[in-house]
Amino acid sequence: MEKFTRLTGVAAPLPLANVDTDKIIPARFLKTIKRTGLGAHLFDTLRFDAEGRERGEFVLNNEPWRHAEILIAHENFGCGSSREHAPWALLDFGIRCVIAPDFADIFHNNCFKNGVLPVRLPRAVCDQLIQDAKLGGNARLTIDLQEQVVVRPNGERISFEIDPFRKHLLLNGLDDIGQTLQHVAQIDGYEARERAGKPWLPAISVG
Amino acid sequence: MAATKPRTLFDKVWDDHVVERLPDGTCVLYIDRHLVHEVTSPQAFEGLRLAGRKVRRPDATIAVADHNIPTSDRRLGIAEEESRIQVETLEHNVAEFGVPYFPVLDARQGIVHIIGPEQGISLPGMTIVCGDSHTSTHGAMGALAFGIGTSEVEHVLATQTLLQRPARNMLVRADGALPPGCTAKDLVLAIIGRIGTAGGTGHVIEYAGDAIRALDMAGRMTVCNMTIEGGARAGMIAPDATTFAYVRGKPYAPKGEALDRAIAYWSTLPTDPGAHYDKTVVLNAAGIAPMVTWGTNPEAVLPVTASVPNPADEPDETRRAQLQRMLDYMGLTAGQKLADLKIDVVFIGSCTNGRIEDLRAAAAVARGRKVAAGVRAMVVPGSGIVKQQAEEEGLDNVFMQAGFEWREPGCSMCLGMNPDKLTPGQRSASTSNRNFEGRQGPGGRTHLVSPAMAAAAAIAGRLTDVREMG
Repeated sequence: MEKFTRLTGVAAPLPLANVDTDKIIPARFLKTIKRTGLGAHLFDTLRFDAEGRERGEFVLNNEPWRHAEILIAHENFGCGSSREHAPWALLDFGIRCVIAPDFADIFHNNCFKNGVLPVRLPRAVCDQLIQDAKLGGNARLTIDLQEQVVVRPNGERISFEIDPFRKHLLLNGLDDIGQTLQHVAQIDGYEARERAGKPWLPAISVG
Repeated sequence: MAATKPRTLFDKVWDDHVVERLPDGTCVLYIDRHLVHEVTSPQAFEGLRLAGRKVRRPDATIAVADHNIPTSDRRLGIAEEESRIQVETLEHNVAEFGVPYFPVLDARQGIVHIIGPEQGISLPGMTIVCGDSHTSTHGAMGALAFGIGTSEVEHVLATQTLLQRPARNMLVRADGALPPGCTAKDLVLAIIGRIGTAGGTGHVIEYAGDAIRALDMAGRMTVCNMTIEGGARAGMIAPDATTFAYVRGKPYAPKGEALDRAIAYWSTLPTDPGAHYDKTVVLNAAGIAPMVTWGTNPEAVLPVTASVPNPADEPDETRRAQLQRMLDYMGLTAGQKLADLKIDVVFIGSCTNGRIEDLRAAAAVARGRKVAAGVRAMVVPGSGIVKQQAEEEGLDNVFMQAGFEWREPGCSMCLGMNPDKLTPGQRSASTSNRNFEGRQGPGGRTHLVSPAMAAAAAIAGRLTDVREMG
């Protein structure tokens, strides 16, 4: 996983609530067996018409937001399915940070596994950042994870909260599995206790 | 010894699976059951392969293909290349890593959330995960069951654990008895209408109250299934005599003395009197009517007797724009009666409503009647076992004589990853779980309903109140 430390880039305003995972990446694009290449279909129905032509009115089809690295949206971003294809599509498009008043739990979790930083800020602040983002290329935002601040184009610094463990993993680009395997002795111990305490727990084998 | 603090059902199952609590409160949580399907697992197996890791507990894992597979004759294989590759990749991965698998032509194949409980693989008190948000279904057993992303699928395959922080507790209590014509689906839609699509975010919902207790296991699974549509990753219902009777005799469930020991343990799981919930919602089940969604998320739901809402009545500007967008997408105008909406397609199936009880409810409405001209109506059983049972009961003939298609099991038109899709502008009455834009096919317009309401819509050719069908 790529580290996330500090990012300065173009932010795209997407003032919609309940942006669901089917909107981020429709199910028909989940047939891949890879993690890459999904950026082409990010927000497919918002970005393209039925003939596959770009919809001129959609923010990511316009300069400078074609190169957006930050997305700012409204409430409950990422609701719906558990598909990790949603953060994969964002990442593949080039978006490393999503700012919204709140996020659906599974999506929020999936972002951290892929070096995408979800930042929760109050609705009024998001609306302010959306106004900044509408100014385009001259109004770049900076996200500093170490400092836990978003810096507006006018220099104002806005603090955000983040789980310290997740921050640590993101700052260092650490793999969760490697972390957990440091506790393998405890996992072995747990399994031994379970086998003794719940001998009725059945094993699965398909005959 | 000091009295222990009263705990909820969630607290107890959680505490029982904590391998280790890290200094910041994150827990290494042990996972009893891992359900794997073809869409969210290829990248996870690839990750294992690249790191030279094995599957730690194949005997706690079960794999099945459900999302992509056609619901027509399976012996013909999968025509669509990408879908075929995904299913073949799963078959290759389960063989390489030694993971138990129900093949596509096996009667036990089906939607992963139907077959877990059906096979006795999902049991009370367990932690159960799957790379699918509707894993919440298995909470009906009294298990802690939730959806995970592909990175976490890999994490569970490699370690049989997850790194998690405990969720907050939320109680949803449905008092009273559901009125005639109302089902578990109507109840859960009413709950989501009340709490909203983010009402449960950060929480595990425990469902309680007389209306929940009175539900059979299929109904409880329908309620827990749609928990994620209210924002909570997991929904749970305390195990009781209904649960134990359901588990008894299931293929992978414990038997004899082992079952007695298991039941003794499961009986300790219900929430202690006085346990704390961070949030409580109380609903009068007796006051609800058959429900229909009218918009593009499941909280946009109303009784079938209602009319399409008017965005002009919404004071908040953003919400007003959102409502208007929903109406535009759905091709509706404010004030239209929901029961007047003509439909093109009826889909009966999915992990929400693809069980034998759901098919019986739909067949009871369809029996001796005909699907309206111009309506395509399909019934997709949730598993091969459900299909066999329905055929033994003659339900397949009831449906086919009425003009419904009787198909092979899978996720099908719930999300349109296989050939079963809506075309742009088509309107469906669907027993599935999501009415998002394009969910059932690009441009498709979905109205979520119960199985009986879906069958009634097929017969009438429009959304209709099943209570008026006689």
